[in-house]
Amino acid sequence: MEKGRDVFMQGYRHGIPIGLGYFAVAFSLGIAARDYGFSALQGFFASLITYASAGQYMGFALYATNTTLAELVLLMFIINARYILMGFALNQRMPEGTPLSTRLLVGSCITDEIFGITIARPGIPTPYYTFGALIAAVPMWALGTALGISMGNILPARIVSALSVALFGMFIAVIIPPARRDKAVLGAVAVSFALSYASVRLPVISGLSQGNRTILLTVIIASVFAALFPRETGEASEGGEVYED
Amino acid sequence: MKINVYLYIFVMAFATWLMRVAASLIMKKPVRNRFFQSFLYYVPYVTLAVMTFPAIVEATQSPIAGAAALIVCITAAWFGQGLFPVAVLGCATVLILEFFL
Repeated sequence: MEKGRDVFMQGYRHGIPIGLGYFAVAFSLGIAARDYGFSALQGFFASLITYASAGQYMGFALYATNTTLAELVLLMFIINARYILMGFALNQRMPEGTPLSTRLLVGSCITDEIFGITIARPGIPTPYYTFGALIAAVPMWALGTALGISMGNILPARIVSALSVALFGMFIAVIIPPARRDKAVLGAVAVSFALSYASVRLPVISGLSQGNRTILLTVIIASVFAALFPRETGEASEGGEVYED
Repeated sequence: MKINVYLYIFVMAFATWLMRVAASLIMKKPVRNRFFQSFLYYVPYVTLAVMTFPAIVEATQSPIAGAAALIVCITAAWFGQGLFPVAVLGCATVLILEFFL
């Protein structure tokens, strides 16, 4: 049986590169938030409890246009719809009888990145791991937002540029080892790269927000691969890819 | 009249949180359907791949540095490096290359 404290610390360690990436992204989010009239304290608070990049960009921008709360809720539902898919993928790995509290705690930690490392971790998703990662990463997200609002461009652009790659480096570390072992995953990753590149340039699709493009491509590509290269039944629920700790 | 900013922030956070826990509220046990299982198996890899490229090339000041970081990270991960080393190698690649570019 895994010790809760050890799993929490593992999550915390894995959350550190995520936090570095968040800091860089949040810094630019903060610069935008200041233009939309948010103070550093408000930005810090918003990032601490929302921790959603695309959603917050849109939310901040919408506030400046004197929107209604109903419009805000609708927009958040649409732009964060991919979290529903991620929630399904995590809950699929939890056995029947898993307490609702456990399911809710794991779900509450979902961000693109924390979902990525949690689904890549062998075994049943546990709140110890997800909260370890959340506690390492989200304060950096909130701090980056506040500093972006209060200091603007004080951090050298070269440093922000280098830090912004940390996040993607982590994604790559999650998807490449399984792609090496499973040709179908390798194919899915290659197709995803190609279609993602194309979608930024194609008419209509390029007009969608990045979050919506992501969910549209995810549903299409994952469906096609599920139809062409189905998994043996039961395999998906075992899941989990072993990667270096 | 402008909505109170803290109420606005709270509603934004709550709506986002509902999306996160929607599946947790609905699902009681793993779905047995083979297509759905396969679909969920591919979802994380596809999502992360879509989010990585071409975004990594656009995130850096110089697209060449971003492209180089992409190649370095893929190579390092292919040969078994973990999350943190791959992330650090990517950052170092951009930092060094943008010093010259």
